[in-house]
Amino acid sequence: MLKLNGLKLLHYKNSQDAQTVDMPVPAVVRIPMVQHMGAPCVPVVKPGEEVLAGQLIGKSEQAFSVPIHSSVSGKVKAIEDYVASSGALVKRVVIETDGQQRWIDGTPRTVSTQQELVDAARDAGIAGLGGAGFPTHIKLAYKDVDRIDALVINAAECEPYITSDYREMLEYPDDIIEGIKTVMKCLNITKAFIGIEDNKPEAIALLNQKVQGTAIRVEALKSIYPQGAEKVLIYNTTGRIIEEGEIPADKGVIVMNVTTVANLHRFLTTGRPLTHKRVTVDGSFVTNPMNVRVPIGTMISDLLEFAGVDCQMVHKALMGGPMMGTALDTLETPIIKNNNAILVLDEAHARIPKTTACIRCGRCIDVCPMNLMPAALEKAYDQQDTERLETLKVNLCINCGSCTYVCPAKRNLAQKNQLAKGLLKRK
Amino acid sequence: MNPFIVSPSPHIRSDRTTQNIMLDVIIALCPALIASVIIFGWRAFIISAVCVASCVLIEYLCRRLMKKEQTITDLSAVVTGLLLAMNLPVTIPLWVAVFGCFIAIAVTKQLFGGIGQNFANPAIAARVILLASFGSYMTNFTEPFDYAGVDAVATPTPLVQLANGGEVPSLLQMFLGDKPGCIGEVSALALLIGGVYLVVRRVIKPITPLVFIGTVFLLSGALGANPFYQILSGGLMIGAIFMATDYATTPSTNWGKVIFGLGAGLLTILIRQYGNYPEGVSFAILLMNILTPQIDKLATHKPLGGKKVEKHA
Ligand code: SF4
Ligand code: SF4
Repeated sequence: MLKLNGLKLLHYKNSQDAQTVDMPVPAVVRIPMVQHMGAPCVPVVKPGEEVLAGQLIGKSEQAFSVPIHSSVSGKVKAIEDYVASSGALVKRVVIETDGQQRWIDGTPRTVSTQQELVDAARDAGIAGLGGAGFPTHIKLAYKDVDRIDALVINAAECEPYITSDYREMLEYPDDIIEGIKTVMKCLNITKAFIGIEDNKPEAIALLNQKVQGTAIRVEALKSIYPQGAEKVLIYNTTGRIIEEGEIPADKGVIVMNVTTVANLHRFLTTGRPLTHKRVTVDGSFVTNPMNVRVPIGTMISDLLEFAGVDCQMVHKALMGGPMMGTALDTLETPIIKNNNAILVLDEAHARIPKTTACIRCGRCIDVCPMNLMPAALEKAYDQQDTERLETLKVNLCINCGSCTYVCPAKRNLAQKNQLAKGLLKRK
Repeated sequence: MNPFIVSPSPHIRSDRTTQNIMLDVIIALCPALIASVIIFGWRAFIISAVCVASCVLIEYLCRRLMKKEQTITDLSAVVTGLLLAMNLPVTIPLWVAVFGCFIAIAVTKQLFGGIGQNFANPAIAARVILLASFGSYMTNFTEPFDYAGVDAVATPTPLVQLANGGEVPSLLQMFLGDKPGCIGEVSALALLIGGVYLVVRRVIKPITPLVFIGTVFLLSGALGANPFYQILSGGLMIGAIFMATDYATTPSTNWGKVIFGLGAGLLTILIRQYGNYPEGVSFAILLMNILTPQIDKLATHKPLGGKKVEKHA
């Protein structure tokens, strides 16, 4: 079997022993109407209206969208526009909390068919919680369901610092296993793999114990970045290669994040949709790294205050991991569903290194998991040579950042690839 | 509010820089430098110092003249100077050495755009040009441990002796460097120490040197020569370890490196056995440098799950 390229990173899993703590409900939450890939939701509440925790506050008529629920009980103060970190103008519902955290009456449900599962996933409000934010119900609604024979659970968590999936595995292993069983039952899938990087031996041991007597297998994967990238994970657990233009289901595989599947199960047993998210708070100067269960819509500044982080020290704030996360321009940004970490960097770590000439050392080529040639791609982009960009398959770049990471000349190779993709699209 | 730094991912970078890679190459050349002083005396050190200083100065002046950003701090000019010095005989007049530095830095490297852009290895190009224009200076070799410098008695190298059927040093002498030759190329031991260091530090991959030296070994054996003498003589060790692994002028993929090593080995033996020159390593590497863009094309990676692109007419 061919070995995919990858990269050894320092793990910085400082927060791995930090048990999840609940963040007290903040005075105000601002819940964005886009927290997923796809069509934005339209608010279904008006200013002045009272809402309960778990109540539907935004939805869309379009299929490729995920409904949004209030994470708190309180009163809707306003519906405002803001610029999301993606750069898009998005509406958000501002709710003043009443501090009582009254919940909707959730009704548990049982599901046994694909349609019921799809509906449940949608009503649960879940969208790829690992970071991508792809609507889960769309994935589960794959037409040719008979083709699907394997469920891959992404528990690799290959990004440095982040331990929120790890804590899910240690704290809620049963939710995970039950969730997997439900998906397997509804889609008639015969085997499931939980892919975990081998730097998490405790989670591997615990889940191994839990899967005794089931068709679920725990796969200990090498801690080689980007092990959690979908195509890499599928290959390393099932040996299947997802070809250009295919989605995993075309090769009979459905991939779900470990926290996603656990949340699905919790929705089925409690009737309460996704309203809170576990977020790792850590960074270069954080002395007390934490895992915090945060009401969605909480401002990052409130979260950092709760976590005791000195915001004056922050020179760079990241939503997500250091390899693929997004740098924020302000801490006045709400936590959304697919956030799994807020990382803060001090001045020394935030500094952007100076770019020098490519020395053709080949390091970028050696690490690319997709076996691309980043140095050649960069040259092609600089020459705006679209034909060459196509031949070199820039569209297969998963933006994992490995090439930029290793480049001794500190060239922004991954970024160039994203620009190149834009160039091809415009063409 | 302090303005946050916003930049595209990734937000962490490895510790490797061009400068610390070059520093590693310099460290790896130190055993050869020390050996050269032991074997040929202080003049070997003076040649090295002059070459390093000239290369850095010439690079500085070139960048100034071309109004481009200064690059001397990346240490690549130091590496070129040191490598070139290692490829000169101890008797070389200093002005010839400086001329070599000019060829290496100004003509081969900076005219083509500086680090990473040159198609030929600067030190190799300089050695070949000097060989062609100052042949007698470049082949004026002396006995080891005859510290008379420029005035030492000239003596042929083992390769010449082999070709003429003359007396040659023992294999151990060949390995340690007790033989006539360019100052840095004689001690295989010192060069191998440097090579192992580079591999351990992951500056180079061992592929090219192994294939290159292996090809010379097998081929010369097949042609009836003593393969051990062949791999220990001339510039093979320094060429295979330090020049055929130069990033800019050799292929960047693993298969490319294999092809490069095979080609360079083959050419070396062809030149040594049938050519006009007793030594073929420099020419072989130079020729393969020229072929590198083609090899790179031949050995590009196939993207994972990539489909063939239909050529638009
Ligand atoms: S960012 Fe793209 S080109 Fe760079 S290593 Fe990752 S997949 Fe390869
Ligand atoms: S890692 Fe950087 S310097 Fe090395 S080949 Fe790639 S782009 Fe060039």
